Amino acid sequence: MSRNLIIGALLSLFFLALAALSFVWTPNDIEALDIPNKLQGPGGANLLGTDHFGRDILSMIMMGARTSIAVALVAVGIGMALGIPLGLLAAARHGSLLDELIMRGNDLVFAFPSLVIAILITAVFGASAVNAIIAIGIFNIPVFARLTRGAALPLWERDFILAARVCGKSAARISAEHILPNITNLMIVQGTIQFSLGILAEAALSYIGLGAQPPTASWGRMLADAQTLVSIAPHTALVPGFAILLMVLGLNLLGDGLRDWLDPRIRVARV
Amino acid sequence: MIRYALGRLTSLVISLFVASIVIFGVIEVIPGDPAAFMLGVNARPDTIAALRAEMGLDQSVVTRYFDWVTGLLRGDFGQSWTYKTPVAELINDRIWVSLPLAIYALILSTLIAFPAGIYAASRRGGPGDVTIMGATQLGVAIPNFWFAMILVLIFAINLRWFSAGGFPGWSDPLQAIKSLTLPAIALALPQAAILARVMRSSLLDMLGEDFIRTARAKGLSRRQALWRHAVRNALIPVLTIIGLQFSFLLAGGIIIEQVFFLPGLGRLIFQSISARDLIVVESVVMLLVFTVIIVNFAVDLAYAAVDPRLRAKT
Repeated sequence: MSRNLIIGALLSLFFLALAALSFVWTPNDIEALDIPNKLQGPGGANLLGTDHFGRDILSMIMMGARTSIAVALVAVGIGMALGIPLGLLAAARHGSLLDELIMRGNDLVFAFPSLVIAILITAVFGASAVNAIIAIGIFNIPVFARLTRGAALPLWERDFILAARVCGKSAARISAEHILPNITNLMIVQGTIQFSLGILAEAALSYIGLGAQPPTASWGRMLADAQTLVSIAPHTALVPGFAILLMVLGLNLLGDGLRDWLDPRIRVARV
Repeated sequence: MIRYALGRLTSLVISLFVASIVIFGVIEVIPGDPAAFMLGVNARPDTIAALRAEMGLDQSVVTRYFDWVTGLLRGDFGQSWTYKTPVAELINDRIWVSLPLAIYALILSTLIAFPAGIYAASRRGGPGDVTIMGATQLGVAIPNFWFAMILVLIFAINLRWFSAGGFPGWSDPLQAIKSLTLPAIALALPQAAILARVMRSSLLDMLGEDFIRTARAKGLSRRQALWRHAVRNALIPVLTIIGLQFSFLLAGGIIIEQVFFLPGLGRLIFQSISARDLIVVESVVMLLVFTVIIVNFAVDLAYAAVDPRLRAKT
């Protein structure tokens, strides 16, 4: 196992553990305001300091980890659940009108950056964590559809698929029983990368107010609150920023490490 | 080449058509009565009726769609309900912040990524390569709006080299460029990290090719082979990424504009969302998507111009 894999796994597990722990325990209640104790620096009674309402930043980071992970995970789930079947279908019907339609549809979604999708959704339905999930999730669909199709196409030329066809298996069964197991590793690696992009996207959407709404804690919203305080209390901006940075870095290293570990031959498009 | 270009042009027109239907559908059909939606629950019936008449809501959906699209083609983006001015004017005021910002960031990102990627590839496995690749890992993981805040903290608040935000207008181009510098750096850095990685891996692929070995066998030094043959060929995938990045920079600019209080399209969109001015949101989103599709089309053509193999395929 490579160094990347170990560091990435440890960082990712650390934030997962923080999020899990927040369900049973946080150092302080994040909804309890303690104004006299506001903007305390790190290292005192509050390990990572307090924000402008005197709320404990460590507790908010833990609760925020939960929001980030939930949003990004569900968004990856949406992308996989819709993108992989679409990609398998396009590969099975390679060269058909259906294949062309699916691929052109993918191109179209790519023309809407996820932020623009989020803007469209929030303009009509209002801002919420659920709408952030949908916006990020929609953008994930073509990523998985394209990757699945690209990986499945060469498999269809292989002898073991020919054997399965000779046995009379339908294209759907071959896709499910023979193609899918052979591209699982690739999906796991890409899933990790989309997960990290989802964390970044959630933070960005919450920062501009299109994501999770108060009182739900979110790293992006903590940064938005910190923006006007950055000169007098830099820790309010530094702590959530480093949380995002380390979580994303961890997931990226994990993705790279997994790719090399699972199969050195596969290549994942990292755009 | 002409057949290829015509093929791309057809799919460009179809993409624009479908995109316009999606945007129109989300903004004008899903809310039911857009006029009532825009005015909120406390609106008087006669105000709603006035807005309905102004938006032409008494006509059929199809007529409204065609009016909107033909208007866009003529440069008529409709009338903003909250600003009471033509949307085209609002966009025209702000695009001269957003577009230069995206272009500035694109230039910076290319200027950083090319030397970094080429250097890393030419010193593969060495300390320079490892350092650059480590730096790109960080660059990819940094949220650009947070990086922007850090830049403000260091260069505006502590060192006072730049202003922390705002835009003085283009009457003094030097000041204008200066006020766009921190935002452009913040936007460019994560993109530069991605671009440098693509540049490096594309170059490494090229260095393994037979024609490089031939060039070396002819007596070219490693450096000569790299610059004369590998870099040129490695640029093809890099070009695609640059094209893709432009749309990310334009959309990403929306967020960075918030950090630096820049009066660009991003602020216009957010003000319009909170004012529920759907007419503005609709047209600005269409403009953004339109730009992305056009840029991707241009990249496809440039790609074909650089790589003759692509033309032959289609």
